[in-house]
Amino acid sequence: MVEETVEIFDAIIVGAGLAGLAAAYTLAAEGLEVLVLERGDYPGAKNVTGGRIYLNPVREMFPELWKKAPLERYIAHEEVCIMDKERSINVRYDGMELGMEPYQSYSVLRGKFDKWFAKQAERKGAMIVAKSRVDDVIMENGQVVGVIAGGEELRANVVIACDGVLSFTAEKAGLRKGAQAKNFAVGFKEIIELPRQVIEDRFNLEGDEGLARLYMGDVTKGKFGGGFLYTNKESISLGIVVGIKDLMEEEPRIEAPQLLDDFKQRPEVARLLKGGETVEYSAHVIPEGGYKVMDKLYGDGILVAGDAAGFSMNIGVTVRGMEYAMASGYFAAQAVIQAKEKNDFTRAGLATYETLLKNSFVLKDFINFKESLEVLEYPPLFKHYPELAGNIMKDLYEVPAGPKARLYPTIKKYISMGEMWAMVQVGRRMMKI
Amino acid sequence: MSNVMGLKAKLGLDVFKEDKEFHIRIKAGKEKDIRLKNTVLVCPAGLYSENDNGEIIIGVDGCLECGTCLLVCGPEVLEWHYPSGGAGVQFRFG
Repeated sequence: MVEETVEIFDAIIVGAGLAGLAAAYTLAAEGLEVLVLERGDYPGAKNVTGGRIYLNPVREMFPELWKKAPLERYIAHEEVCIMDKERSINVRYDGMELGMEPYQSYSVLRGKFDKWFAKQAERKGAMIVAKSRVDDVIMENGQVVGVIAGGEELRANVVIACDGVLSFTAEKAGLRKGAQAKNFAVGFKEIIELPRQVIEDRFNLEGDEGLARLYMGDVTKGKFGGGFLYTNKESISLGIVVGIKDLMEEEPRIEAPQLLDDFKQRPEVARLLKGGETVEYSAHVIPEGGYKVMDKLYGDGILVAGDAAGFSMNIGVTVRGMEYAMASGYFAAQAVIQAKEKNDFTRAGLATYETLLKNSFVLKDFINFKESLEVLEYPPLFKHYPELAGNIMKDLYEVPAGPKARLYPTIKKYISMGEMWAMVQVGRRMMKI
Repeated sequence: MSNVMGLKAKLGLDVFKEDKEFHIRIKAGKEKDIRLKNTVLVCPAGLYSENDNGEIIIGVDGCLECGTCLLVCGPEVLEWHYPSGGAGVQFRFG
């Protein structure tokens, strides 16, 4: 009998997002046999970001990558907009440090970037197969030894689950407990095209400079979350991220898409978009539960990275995920390389993955910020305080026909002893972040 | 003008590739499940609606594959998997 030789890959990676591609790139560069399975038409087809990647944490992991990477604009201007119903307050931060190379963050479009990153991984020798949905994992004696995709059995020493926030791969391998809606937010955004010059004039940008603006308050009708605006080269990414639980339970009851439409129609937003043409509408779920709800990161024959592992974090002014995805993909690859040297792909052999993550910014950040979701999920931050700030501004700036009230009593009218006490409590909450 | 564009028109801007089957189904007997009612609010593509009988119905065309409905309802209510390889939404910008 002629026995068919079954190819066994060093690693099969499920999903060509940033985690998967980072793992593939790193493994292939070391000469390992890597297969990436991507269910989209092409790498990037299913991938969505709000819009910004921070490079400092991952710059050294991929030294050749950044020079030619198709990123959009470097973020040289950071803004926060506190929105009340009929007024808003903007804070703009223009630091010299934001405008100096190497730039710390860039706006990015994943359709472009991921496609390009996949090419770089292929150049290193990774095999990437698109239009291929993984339906199951193959388990033998409790160890993952491959996957089933399109009815075909594909085998590998290790499977790296980089299949995004719902990670059916990790679930099928028994690494995931049931996910709870309260630990997730949903983001949805439009890409709105505008001529380059219009963007630069409208946002006061010079050349390839970009701007990031976060909105909080009435933008989500007081629900946990916020709005965002990122300038790309020739488009704007405008969207909303809102806690799924708040969307379900908090008043006013409003359908998610309506939030974005109302946001776009705010006069201070509408004028920024004037003449622009929406060219795409996308949505994405974001894991925000952090360290406290993190599932197992590895098992026998399997590692989990990126959104699939819950590596995304909201700490208010910075909302991050892509660096964690790339770094976790990189560390997953390192763990596989070490496991191969020892020829041990069991849980014990792959345990270096967690050690590497714990010694890096990835799990250090998640441990440091493990309270942030509970702290930030505090309704007055999204409703009461934006209103309060708006009202104070209105009265401070108002010049009436008659005499103007003294400033101190004007402010004191809003900030009673009870209010001050409440603010101290908020301050104490914030100290946990 | 993009400001007043309806949801259907907005979804019409996206590239979708047809699938052989519906990738999300409401399980039999769960049409009035309390968890399912929330999908009307949370789905960014507005695919869920309530009919005159108080049942929730879904039209999967235009699904952005975010997974919000699955997180809200759980697998007891929804039979949910991704579209087949190469099918479903294909983001050009993302």
